[in-house]
Amino acid sequence: MSEEKNTPLVEVSHLKEYFDINVGLFRTKPLKAVDDVSFSIKKGETLGLVGESGCGKTTVGRTILHLYKPTAGKIVYDGREIVSKDDIAMLHTKAAMVFQDPYSSLNPRMTVSDIIGEPLDVHGMCKTKEERRDRILELMSHVGLNSEHASRYAHEFSGGQRQRIGIARSLAVNPEFIVCDEPVSALDVSIQAQVINMFDELQDKLGLTYLFIAHDLLVVRHISDRIAVMYLGKMVELAEANEIYDHPLHPYSKALMSAVPLPDPQVARANQRIPLTGDIPSPLNAPSGCPFRTRCPYATEACAESMPEFKEVSSGHFVACHRTEEIN
Amino acid sequence: MSLLEVKDLRTSFFTDAGEVKAVNGISFFLDHGKVLGIVGESGSGKSVTAYSIMQILAGTGKIVGGSIKFDGKELVGASEKEMKAIRGNRISIIFQDPMTSLNPTYTIGSQLIEAIVLHTDRNKKQAYDRAVEMLKLVNVNEPEKRMKQYPFEFSGGMRQRVMIAMALACEPDILIADEPTTALDVTIQAQILELMSSLQKKLGMAIIMITHDLGVVAQMCDEVIVMYAGSICEQGTADEIFYNPKHEYTKGLMRSIPTTATAGKKLQPIAGTPIDLLNMPKGCPFAPRCDAAMKICINQCAYPLDINENHRAACWMNVKDGIADGTIATGEEEEQ
Repeated sequence: MSEEKNTPLVEVSHLKEYFDINVGLFRTKPLKAVDDVSFSIKKGETLGLVGESGCGKTTVGRTILHLYKPTAGKIVYDGREIVSKDDIAMLHTKAAMVFQDPYSSLNPRMTVSDIIGEPLDVHGMCKTKEERRDRILELMSHVGLNSEHASRYAHEFSGGQRQRIGIARSLAVNPEFIVCDEPVSALDVSIQAQVINMFDELQDKLGLTYLFIAHDLLVVRHISDRIAVMYLGKMVELAEANEIYDHPLHPYSKALMSAVPLPDPQVARANQRIPLTGDIPSPLNAPSGCPFRTRCPYATEACAESMPEFKEVSSGHFVACHRTEEIN
Repeated sequence: MSLLEVKDLRTSFFTDAGEVKAVNGISFFLDHGKVLGIVGESGSGKSVTAYSIMQILAGTGKIVGGSIKFDGKELVGASEKEMKAIRGNRISIIFQDPMTSLNPTYTIGSQLIEAIVLHTDRNKKQAYDRAVEMLKLVNVNEPEKRMKQYPFEFSGGMRQRVMIAMALACEPDILIADEPTTALDVTIQAQILELMSSLQKKLGMAIIMITHDLGVVAQMCDEVIVMYAGSICEQGTADEIFYNPKHEYTKGLMRSIPTTATAGKKLQPIAGTPIDLLNMPKGCPFAPRCDAAMKICINQCAYPLDINENHRAACWMNVKDGIADGTIATGEEEEQ
């Protein structure tokens, strides 16, 4: 098992995703949503991806699945580089996505069995009606839904149950890899815990690999083996979940970890937050050099000149900061 | 006398499907300069409680019983004119989404000035000075320049600062903050919470903090109310609620949040789905999801029992424990 865990399932190198934004009548400007990001996800692991809104974490998830065509860079899935249409078709039978909003990601005119059955039809996975029905019921039982729910519509369900429907749909293609884009953010705390546990159980049962995108750091820490931190389109730090929590090296990760409101009054009162001044710059006018330098308490002139290299400072701990040694 | 005394407040929405008892008989009080947190999940009635105090309920909503005493004055049944004198002046509110709370077609300055002119006897020039002063207070850089800008030119955190500036311009006694940081990023949330704490210390107002985030409550609040399905499960000081929860729902909530200790382990979620307010059970609203539910829980609501002088909870388990260790005598007087 441990050997299998070390082979990468997804390898991303120098991935770039630029969107053209209209800035004048005939002028466009590239918005660098993801700018030169490299990482890999091992088989059977959960990689957490955190960062604030607009940092490009969702775009990374969608670009890996080729929902957006990458501007530059390489995506290798299970040893095969994804380039041609055939590669993409193959990828879409091996990888799936769970979306954030269980209210807008389910078609209100379709019954639960149609929603879950749609990917089966698209990929021609079931030969007969009976096979299709049995497969749908099996998927529903994976996520804790009753067979009697099959003929109902999405609006008859609560948020947590809708998210279960969305997860059953993404399991339909028998994926190995699932990109979970903020899958529990829209749910209440008590329901959130049910869904997180379900992700855990499905991983054990089906041997899934997750890219878990979220902004709630407590949730990400709970579910992830490793965590990557993004800021303005760049990856600034990547390490084991506990390592990045207890010993963050990048100034942004430090501030992010200290800003998490902890559900413990005495700890929260004593918590020394690292204050960040100012707002996140617009990705259309990203600062030169290190994108974090405008808010960084340690920034020097060197930070404005060049983007620091994303390098391994200790085993498995990557960080992109010019002053890693000095400030830690 | 407390600044705000709410007694047996009941607010219902009359929908086509029937009466929804969004707030179902809650009582609490708030003293000068205190921060009170109201936590609960969606549909627990925490926002409706705030809207009832401000009397800004949607068309189908109505306060159907109870009393809200603010500074000794009864607000339930007060005329619109009386409420106007209080709303924004002595009790202010800020909302979750600062974008929809600001008018996109007016400058920040004109919206701030409008609020100040409306609520005080300042003229326009004085109101302008006050607006600039308020923007400085909430740490908006270059306030004179910012006054001329429109909401779209502000980031989410900055807009929330403007909302706070507007809410505090008339030095209210109570600031109601309805999920003020839910739409913001973590580092921006930390900035806004820090700002609210420092302003609260500086200006001495009381804050009612409505949130679903127990982390925010732990950081900000002196006292906490936990709501479920329109009722108060438990109320007390923050330390009591977090370290000594006495209602099964609160205990379940605390167990279901991921913490440093849960990494790699299973979380302990609360089973079941949230309650349907149109089909309320006869007994304790939490009973259908409660692991410890007893026969009495299904038939009868528990009455609030004082755990100690800083803590009160409405759960039959406490009555059972009290009888077991002899602190509660069995007899007729226990039947409310």
